[in-house]
Amino acid sequence: MKLIFEKSTIGRGSELLPECDVPVTQANSKFLRRKDLKLPEVSETEISRHYTELMKRTFGINDGFYPLGSCTMKYNPKINEETAKLFGFTEIHPLQPIFTVQGCLEVMKLTQECLCEITGMDAMDFQPAAGAHGEFTGLKLIWAYHQDRKDTKRNKIIVPDSAHGTNPASAAMAGFSVINIPSTQEGYVDTEELRKVVGDDTAGFMLTNPNTIGMFDENILEITKIIHDAGGLNYYDGANLNAIMGIARPGDMGFDVVHLNLHKTFSTPHGGGGPGSGPIGCKELLMKYLPSPRIVEKNGILEFAAKPEESIGRVKAFYGNFLVVVKALTYILTLGGEGLKEASENAVLNANYMMHSLKDTFDIPFSGHCMHEFVISLEELKKEKGVSALDFAKTLLDYGMHPPTMYFPLIVHEALMVEPTETEAKETLDEAVKVYKQIWTQASTEPEALHLSPTKTVIGRPDEVAAARTPILRFHFSQTTN
Amino acid sequence: MGTYVPNTKQEQQEMLQTIGVKSMKELFRAIPEEVYLERPLKLLQGLPELSVRKRLSELAGKNQVFHNIFRGAGAYNHYIPSIVKQITSKEEFVTAYTPYQAEISQGILQSIFEYQTMICELTGMDVSNASVYDGATAAAEAVIMCKERKKYKAIISETVHPQIIETIKTYCSGTDTEVIIAPAKDGVTDLDILEQLIDAETACILLQQPNYYGQLEDGDSAGRLAAEHDVRFILSCNPISLGLLKTPVEYGADIAVGEGQPLGIPLSFGGPYLGFMATTEKYMRRLPGRIVGETLDNRGQRAFVLTLQAREQHIRREKASSNICSNQALCAMTAAVYLDAMGRKGLAQAAELSMSKAHYLADKLCELEGFELVYPGEFFNEFVTTCPGSVDKLLSALEQRGILGGYPLSGKEEGHILWCATEMNTKEEIDTLINVIKEVAGK
Repeated sequence: MKLIFEKSTIGRGSELLPECDVPVTQANSKFLRRKDLKLPEVSETEISRHYTELMKRTFGINDGFYPLGSCTMKYNPKINEETAKLFGFTEIHPLQPIFTVQGCLEVMKLTQECLCEITGMDAMDFQPAAGAHGEFTGLKLIWAYHQDRKDTKRNKIIVPDSAHGTNPASAAMAGFSVINIPSTQEGYVDTEELRKVVGDDTAGFMLTNPNTIGMFDENILEITKIIHDAGGLNYYDGANLNAIMGIARPGDMGFDVVHLNLHKTFSTPHGGGGPGSGPIGCKELLMKYLPSPRIVEKNGILEFAAKPEESIGRVKAFYGNFLVVVKALTYILTLGGEGLKEASENAVLNANYMMHSLKDTFDIPFSGHCMHEFVISLEELKKEKGVSALDFAKTLLDYGMHPPTMYFPLIVHEALMVEPTETEAKETLDEAVKVYKQIWTQASTEPEALHLSPTKTVIGRPDEVAAARTPILRFHFSQTTN
Repeated sequence: MGTYVPNTKQEQQEMLQTIGVKSMKELFRAIPEEVYLERPLKLLQGLPELSVRKRLSELAGKNQVFHNIFRGAGAYNHYIPSIVKQITSKEEFVTAYTPYQAEISQGILQSIFEYQTMICELTGMDVSNASVYDGATAAAEAVIMCKERKKYKAIISETVHPQIIETIKTYCSGTDTEVIIAPAKDGVTDLDILEQLIDAETACILLQQPNYYGQLEDGDSAGRLAAEHDVRFILSCNPISLGLLKTPVEYGADIAVGEGQPLGIPLSFGGPYLGFMATTEKYMRRLPGRIVGETLDNRGQRAFVLTLQAREQHIRREKASSNICSNQALCAMTAAVYLDAMGRKGLAQAAELSMSKAHYLADKLCELEGFELVYPGEFFNEFVTTCPGSVDKLLSALEQRGILGGYPLSGKEEGHILWCATEMNTKEEIDTLINVIKEVAGK
């Protein structure tokens, strides 16, 4: 498909702005740009058609089953989009006087209260713009806590080898060194290993629970106690919260700080990679270190309290991805407490139903009921037939289904991680199961075909090695275009 | 109330039977009793859609929408062409995940590639990433990018937006990067002192163009200085101004960053916005975040993929160049559609109009008793004035007329107002503003 630049014709474009109605000011020539600015010169029709073409080459949540493990691709309700487009939210300058933004503050305060109740935390801060940003911020709180207590040798964050890559990356970015600990055969935290590595240099421990293989760690209270006894703090990665809303709370499991992904659990969409929102919640002992001031009510007016001196400082300008918070609040108000629990129950039911239907055919390396997601290993298939998780995933594309997350967690070979979410109907799951089994059979009879898949998509497999070896990262205008 | 769960209670029961359990609760057996929440969440009951819609409308109604805005200070009220909102509301774009599966994500990937190209064109740089969270985090990531083993100091000009400085400090605290603030003189960076601050351990200098006070910095001298002392030069810039003003590369910058909000993104009480980051080929592999590249597929067709992933957290874990995973993809697309719609001429026009209106506003204000420009240098679309009498009183009088006046500065600049104008402010509106001020000042 052509790039917009290749559709450009000199002289085309729309008149969008009026003539200047005041004397024109010209900048001193030493400030003027010399380099010609090349932007597309296209009519509105061309722009519209261009993006419609791009839209057709994009797989959204409504194009089909989207069971990307760890990403919680649930349906994105339309009302969320509508409320976030209300003028009373979109046209508000972030530096307006406080009495003119009472609605925004109320949105944030209400959402904070709801999320605190859902997670069992005492405070919530919306400044982080995404999950990884929340991790960084939460780890900074842990850092500030130890500094404040003059316990400055605590510079290590412990992370299980099954963790999301962002966990160790965030820890390093926050100035910690990272200790990776192996998981047990069953994929749980190895409490013996954990005991061995904790000490007076332990700053904290990061965990998702349910973990990245979709299992709830039964030893959670023991785990968090080991860390607390060693003087460290527990960090909860909220990527998998969709399994346990209204059923269990990180705050009750011994976690001191959490981040949530509003763009996963609370149905605000992913936008092709963002904007998300990664608020952090914490227990009272960490509250004074939060980046934002608290919202308090004084004589019926909401305002920002003075920021404590101990605050780690801002991690972003203004108040975070506010409109994403509006969408999350819309969702919470729609579902209510009972509805959130029902969502989690059904997320877990759907995952178990699908796992159950696949387990006779596929190798599912962990036993017991899963939570909201489960992991398949294609290691045997790879060995016997040469069909990899990648081949399997790419073949799914030809069936109009988004593949599961591939090659994660790293502790499972040829992993496919399936998270159906609660918003899929039984027949969608049945259909997916049928297709998965069909591909399994095909892998035995004609493995070659799977190496060549997909064939029905607009492009075939791209050459990623060439892309990295000889990077082409922008379009270069030649003399003939534009 | 709705939960968006399609399966009926009966279907749920059948599915439980298939699995071989009696109740939902049985699925959660692994959760220890001490942790299992026996009580319901203390939240309100779910509401029907109509009621939710009313509730949110009420909340939005508690905010005051200003129709005349003369405030910037990091968030700018520019015209957003109708096509921008329409295109970025298409549900495929809104609801897709990060484009891991290239074969079914060519739309998102190509739009990012086009965005990267346009950011390179605006800044004069060779390589742009797919976006970061906002202008402040872009600046912080750029500072981290420059750190080398023996070069660990970052010199930030005092004239950079205070929230950007604060964000950089947070990012660097507890790491081995030291942040040093270079003082201002007459509202611009004091380059003599900045030069004295540079030593063998200095990794980078960071300036903002136009700076927080709206003043244009002497970017040429800053660039020369950086080159002479072999330190990286990071320039944070307003993307609309680049329709008219010098590119960061023309000043000799190594990294260009900025807040992309002016490119078609509504004010939105501060977010979501867009952080853009671009650099020269030399530093390409240090750039954090997603990057889209062009390649061929196995049928010989043009294809786009996420590339140079060896820098990223899911491969490198604790050794990654940044932890960033989700970015602001839809906001990047917004900026791209905005730039498509505006084109070179439209963008230059928006810049020229903003600059002209701001100068007209400044001229008119300075005709009034007690209003003077605080800083003598050239400015783009923001400037600082003195104010006779109470700033609060003046601004609230304007607010009562539905006008959001300039931003009241605090600290050392207490009593001064940072004004802003864009193409949105007509001559008539500016004249009205002046008249209201005359009335208030007369009282």
